[in-house]
Amino acid sequence: MLIASFMSVASLSPAPVRKFSKNPLIAFYQSSIGKKYVVAGTGLILIVYVLGHLVGNLQIFSGQERINAYSKFLHDLGPILWLVRVFLLAAFVTHIVATIQLAQENRLAKPRKYAVTGYQRSTMASRTMLISGLIILCFVIYHLLQFTLQVTDPKFRHMHDSLGHHDVYRMLILGFKNPFVSLFYTVGLFLLTNHLSHGFASVVQTLGINNRKIASFVASGGQTLAWVVFIGYVSIPVTILLGIIK
Amino acid sequence: MNFKLKVWRQKDGASPGSFKDYDAKDVPSEASFLEMLDIVNESLAASGEDPIAFDSDCREGICGTCSLVINGIPHGPGKGTTCQLYMRRFADSDTIWIEPFRAAAFPPIKDLVVDRSAFDRIIEAGGYIVVRTGSAPEANSLPVAKHDADLAMEAAACIGCGACVAACPNSAAMLFVSAKVSHLGLLPQGQAERESRVIHMVRKMDELGFGSCRNHYECEAICPAEVSATFMARLNQDYALASAKKVLAV
Repeated sequence: MLIASFMSVASLSPAPVRKFSKNPLIAFYQSSIGKKYVVAGTGLILIVYVLGHLVGNLQIFSGQERINAYSKFLHDLGPILWLVRVFLLAAFVTHIVATIQLAQENRLAKPRKYAVTGYQRSTMASRTMLISGLIILCFVIYHLLQFTLQVTDPKFRHMHDSLGHHDVYRMLILGFKNPFVSLFYTVGLFLLTNHLSHGFASVVQTLGINNRKIASFVASGGQTLAWVVFIGYVSIPVTILLGIIK
Repeated sequence: MNFKLKVWRQKDGASPGSFKDYDAKDVPSEASFLEMLDIVNESLAASGEDPIAFDSDCREGICGTCSLVINGIPHGPGKGTTCQLYMRRFADSDTIWIEPFRAAAFPPIKDLVVDRSAFDRIIEAGGYIVVRTGSAPEANSLPVAKHDADLAMEAAACIGCGACVAACPNSAAMLFVSAKVSHLGLLPQGQAERESRVIHMVRKMDELGFGSCRNHYECEAICPAEVSATFMARLNQDYALASAKKVLAV
C-alpha cells in the first residue's frame, strides 16, 4: 500500500522539461541563469540608452539651436546611427523574448498559488515587471511613431528652423502641448521608473556583481536613479505645458 | 487558546486536494505550532477521522524537516522553522491557513507533506567533494582565510528545508543551490570540482522544474538559516565564469 502510494507520487513528479545542448554556448542560453544573464545584459544596454537619450533630450533647456544641432549631429552619423538603431532594437527584442521564455518556465514551476499571500520582501515594482515591461513596449511603439517616424502628426516632418535643420524643438513643444500626449508620456515614464527601480539592482545581482558590502547601496541607488530618469524626462512636458519653454 | 484552522487535505498525489475547517480548542499558548497540530490530530483520531499528515523530525529547529506554509508564509511568521513557532505568536480565535510547500518540483505526497527529494538530486549532481578518506589531515596544512571561512560557514548553515522554494513566486531553488555551491566553492577543498559542480547543479535544478530568480528576495526574508541573497549573485558569477571557460574551451 505504501509502495503503491509512493509509485503514484513518482509518476506524478514532473518529467525533465529542460534539456541541454552539447554546444556550451547554446546550453548556457538554455539554462535559467544563462537566460537571466541575457535579460540583464540587454537590460543594461537599454539602461545606458535611456540615460544617454535623457542627456540628449535635456538639451531642449539649452534652446532651439542646441537641440536641433544635436539632432542634425545624430542624423549626420548616417550608417553609424542605423547600426546603433539595429543594435538597440536587437537588444530590446532579445530582452523581451528571453523574459517571456523565463516567465513560461516559471509558470510551470509554480502550478498552484497559495490561498493567502504572505509577501515579506518583494515590492510592487518587482512583482509587476512583466506587465510594466509590456506596457512600456506599447509606449515605445507609440513614441517611435510620434517622434521618430512622425506618422501621428505629419506636420512634424515639415518643420525646419532658420538654418534649415529639422526643428526638433518645435516638434517637441507642439507634441507635448497636447495634454493627452503629455499624460500618456508621463504614465509611460512612470511605468519605466517602476521597471527600472527593480531593474537597476536586478542587473547588478544577476550579473553576479552584487555582494554584501554594496547590496543596500545597489538597491537604494537603483531606485534613486530610476526617479532621476522620471524627473528628467517628465520635466520636458511639464515645462512645456506650464509655458516655461515656448 | 482557540483557533480556527483551514487545513489543506489531500489523500495522495493523484487526488485533488481542498481546504477543510477544523477547530483547535484549548491549546496552551506555550505549545509549538506542531504540538498544536498534534493536539488537533488526537481529537481527529479519537473521532475516527484520518489525522492531518505533516512532516517533522528534530523539533529543535535544526534538521529542516518541518515545513508548512502558514498564512502564506513558509514556516509561518517570524524567523526560524515551524517547530520553533509558538502559538503565543497568534491571537486567540485567529483563523490560520495551513498549506503545503507548493512547487512543481516538490510533488504532494499527502495533506501537508510534499516530496522534497529534488534537493537530494541537486546535491547528487555536484554538492560534494571527492577526497581520499582516512585519518584527518593536519589542520594547519591547508590555511583558509578568515573571511572565506566565515562566508563558507554562513552558506553551510542551510538546512535544506525548501522554504526558499516555497516562498519564491517562481518556485526557484536558487538560494538553496547558491548556498551549497558557495559553501564548497569558498573553501580550498572545493576548488578541484568548482566549475563542473556549479554547471551540473544548476542544470539539475533546471531539469527538475524549479523556476528562475526574479530578485524578489522572498527566500532571504523567510530563510530559517538566514542565508543571504548575495550568495545568489555569487552563484550567477560562478556559473557564468564556468560556462565561459567551457565555451572558450580553456
